[in-house]
Amino acid sequence: MIARAFNGSKRYWSWVVFLLVLAGIGFACYLVQFNRGLTVTGMSRDVSWGLYIGQLTFLVGVAASAVMLVLPYYLHNVKAFGRITILGEFLAVAAIIMCLLFVFVDLGKPMRLLNMILYPTPNSILFWDMVVLTGYLLLNIVIGWTMLEAEYKTVAPPKWVKILIYISIPWAISIHTVTAFLYAGLPGRHYWLTAIMAARFLASAFASGPALLIVLCFIIRKVSKFDPGREAIDKLAAIVTYATIISVFFVGLEFFTAFYSQVPAHGMDSLIYLFAGLDGHAKLVPLMWLFAVLAVIALVLLINPRTRNREATLIAACGAVFISMWLEKGIGLVIGGFIPNAFNRVTEYSPTPLEMLITLGIWAVGALILTFLYKIAIAVKEDLL
Amino acid sequence: METSRRNFLKLGGAWALGLAILPAVKGFAANNPEHLVNPKAMAGKRWGLVIDMQKCWPRYQAGCRRCFDTCRREHNIPDIGNKKEEIKWIWTEPYGDAFPDQQHELMAEDIKNNPFIVLCNHCDKPPCVRVCPTRATFKRQDGIVMIDYHRCIGCRYCMAACPYGARSFNFRDPRPYIKELNPAYPTREKGVVEKCTLCVERIDTGLPPACVEVCPAKAITFGDLEDPSSEARQLLKNRYTIQRKPELGTHPSIYYIV
Repeated sequence: MIARAFNGSKRYWSWVVFLLVLAGIGFACYLVQFNRGLTVTGMSRDVSWGLYIGQLTFLVGVAASAVMLVLPYYLHNVKAFGRITILGEFLAVAAIIMCLLFVFVDLGKPMRLLNMILYPTPNSILFWDMVVLTGYLLLNIVIGWTMLEAEYKTVAPPKWVKILIYISIPWAISIHTVTAFLYAGLPGRHYWLTAIMAARFLASAFASGPALLIVLCFIIRKVSKFDPGREAIDKLAAIVTYATIISVFFVGLEFFTAFYSQVPAHGMDSLIYLFAGLDGHAKLVPLMWLFAVLAVIALVLLINPRTRNREATLIAACGAVFISMWLEKGIGLVIGGFIPNAFNRVTEYSPTPLEMLITLGIWAVGALILTFLYKIAIAVKEDLL
Repeated sequence: METSRRNFLKLGGAWALGLAILPAVKGFAANNPEHLVNPKAMAGKRWGLVIDMQKCWPRYQAGCRRCFDTCRREHNIPDIGNKKEEIKWIWTEPYGDAFPDQQHELMAEDIKNNPFIVLCNHCDKPPCVRVCPTRATFKRQDGIVMIDYHRCIGCRYCMAACPYGARSFNFRDPRPYIKELNPAYPTREKGVVEKCTLCVERIDTGLPPACVEVCPAKAITFGDLEDPSSEARQLLKNRYTIQRKPELGTHPSIYYIV
């Protein structure tokens, strides 16, 4: 089956080369960072996590969203998803690999990474995050590949895969819950110290991941002979709609608690910094308002059945959901937690060009993995047409 | 070497046996702590400091920086010259910033803006130790929170967890920024977190922390917080003292007399 990834059109190969170039640039930039240290990034003593950990946080959600196909298909027998569960599983594989790469590039001493395994530390949430992420990666590789192989050989998939699939459903929930716990249990970081953090993470995951899948389905329909099916896209669109509503609602809940209580420490200062600026610092304000505007546009387009069912507006809505959730979780949540700092002062953060190129390089690696996996999956599906 | 199934099994068996008895070997080979401790080491259950700002301020306003300067020299703390990457072990913050929840708007201006000496609190329940994924940061039996610079992977989770801003990260190689090198104390390399160690290297040889020793005003008192007869406990008993952010439940071991 792997051979299918090496047999494509000119357009396919130019896309692959484009991604390889981006990944190469990212790798070269990483070598500079490796040599000079994290001083090449925009991070500081006060904002000690930035773009890298933000991407990890966001992409764990994209990975977890595979469960939004697997769960309805296997637990509720939603047949429409049968054709595309593999797309969800392979998206999870690519997203998790990106997550692991983002953790790697964020380390000050990457060559000591194995210390995480050599000295397992059950009291550290980061240890459990590693466990659930690698577990979910393995589950999706094994499940996705086995199912595809069975399809390729036109035989029934082995029975044990079903057990793994059932395990993968709560496991998907766990990866995002544990990632939320990285933040939700820290004293003194009031913006993160909220019990609905895990719920917020899951809601935004089930919005952004399926939104990306819808866009991917449209692309696949355009570049291949395989049609994911209108019914599957409609059902995914409904999931994105509900998840976006819940996600925006949850963000609103944080606003209520912070501002009605008027307790400055309970996230109020961070929210003021993010949406209005604090002490004359307002770098993130335009981005956070872009999040708000995109979220509202997405909601209007998604809730209205006419625009939700029309292809062009659905794609626009999905793009708006994906970008707004990326802004809220990949940027605002992580950086907002560090501002103001332990001394109630604002130190701002903005990523350096080098940091952005490394980030872009990892996204390119993810896109490359996704391209190869989808190429194989779709080639197999085209054979069956 | 000829590779046969027999050889492979032998090798595998040896490995399995080795792994199985490794814990036992570690147990026997472990150094007996009795022989490790320096006989001159101070014995304490929970070391802490009581800082009398009333004594500090008259001198500090006049320009005394003895505790900072000594600490910097003693521990090879680099001077990066860049606020964002600063390495800070002991420094000052205005009252309002060090104790954000213990101020009010009508407070006497001089107290509100007076500098308070801040450093790692060596918390009894340290959040940094709780989150470290490699046990690179740990609490000693005497309550001192330390970092193993050879274990730290530089994930900076401890910095996110510390509510006191007490931890610094070596974003770059700190060695070129050390003004005068103290060969008796290790330097750090890029990519690891560092902070105040309450001078374990001195406590373990029977000396109080350097900042305590050099203070000309005797403003910092060092002692065992679990020993009711210690000087620190006597101060805590007789004077009104405050801690930083007590509401977070981290139980800091640094107390202040305002």
